[in-house]
Amino acid sequence: MNPHASVLKRVSAVRGVRGAMLVSAPDGLVVAEALMDDVDGRAIAALAAALAARLRRAAGSAGLGSPCVIHLRGEAGALLAVPAGEELLLVAVGDRETNLGLARLELLEAARSIR
Amino acid sequence: MNDDVRTLTRQLADDPASLAFLDLAELLRRRGQLDAALTVAANGLGRYGDLADAHALHARILAERGDGDAAFDGWMSALQLDASHQGAHRGLGFLYYRSGDLPRALRHLEFAAQAAPGDGGLRAAIERVRAAAAAPAPAPESSRAALLPTSRATPFSLDEESGNPAEAEVFAGLDGARDGLLLLDQHGLRLGGGIRDEDGADVSDTVAAHLAGISREAARAARLLGLGEWQSVGVECDDGNAHLVAPTAETILLTVRDVSVPAGRLGLIADRAAQAARRWLEGLA
Repeated sequence: MNPHASVLKRVSAVRGVRGAMLVSAPDGLVVAEALMDDVDGRAIAALAAALAARLRRAAGSAGLGSPCVIHLRGEAGALLAVPAGEELLLVAVGDRETNLGLARLELLEAARSIR
Repeated sequence: MNDDVRTLTRQLADDPASLAFLDLAELLRRRGQLDAALTVAANGLGRYGDLADAHALHARILAERGDGDAAFDGWMSALQLDASHQGAHRGLGFLYYRSGDLPRALRHLEFAAQAAPGDGGLRAAIERVRAAAAAPAPAPESSRAALLPTSRATPFSLDEESGNPAEAEVFAGLDGARDGLLLLDQHGLRLGGGIRDEDGADVSDTVAAHLAGISREAARAARLLGLGEWQSVGVECDDGNAHLVAPTAETILLTVRDVSVPAGRLGLIADRAAQAARRWLEGLA
């Protein structure tokens, strides 16, 4: 069993979360995932990594330091991404009913456990 | 920590009875560190309760934190101590305007203008309030109108005189109007506002360049993930928080605050800023 599976499962257990995954930040590839069937893990990984890289550069330029949490909000749901060390990105996708506060906390906790 | 903040903090620590709290609280306010600014101002006010400037600054910070009622009381206290206090009249004018009481807003702004006759921003605000007062009264609010952004665009900033009324209007009434708000187009070119780093250097153009095309990227990500139309991107960082929204399809507004402003509140501030930016952009068209 993938050592990250239990961590991802816990994030995925939050109400409204459709899936969670661990992404290689530099290349946007999936490291581990716990996703619902209708979620395209490869697309999430690539998009989340690209978005995170761009925001990291912008935040650094603005003197904000390193991003701890990224939150893309759409009208039908949200994507949350939390860096886990330099190389990894923990990502969760949820619908509009997602308890974002809890999902955020679980992601931060999961990132701590992975580092 | 900025050198000026450090110097003033040290000065205040060395001499707690010093009036340096006014400069320190104002500096923190301008940097968007509203919680810290409020603490400094409140401590100073405890010592200098008979100082109109202390009441006015305290009220200004409260207003920027969204506590209009407490700000009103603060500015009234300032006027009891100094009936011609320019900042207090300006602040009350701002509050009355926002509440829709245009005659009172105008009266206070005119008092403020008497105290600061060279303030072009204030004169422009007075003209706008006069124009709004002369306009036909709005029809009773319909259910559709209730869904639209408020038509009562804030016509002036609480900030001191601005050299660029058009730009001031974009960010009117918003916390830290000149620092911490950056409006850019989809090509990464700055349209208004500015961002400063922790050393006070203007990094607006660099940040704007990094954000070029992010609207398209966010839209593509949201669509492919089944999230519908993207609405915002929030970024919590070690030393501050940022929030991105798209006032229009062609523009992005970045709002930045220090970590004392929670991400949720920053989202609300950004939404207000986006409304103001939309109105400004419509005025340019």
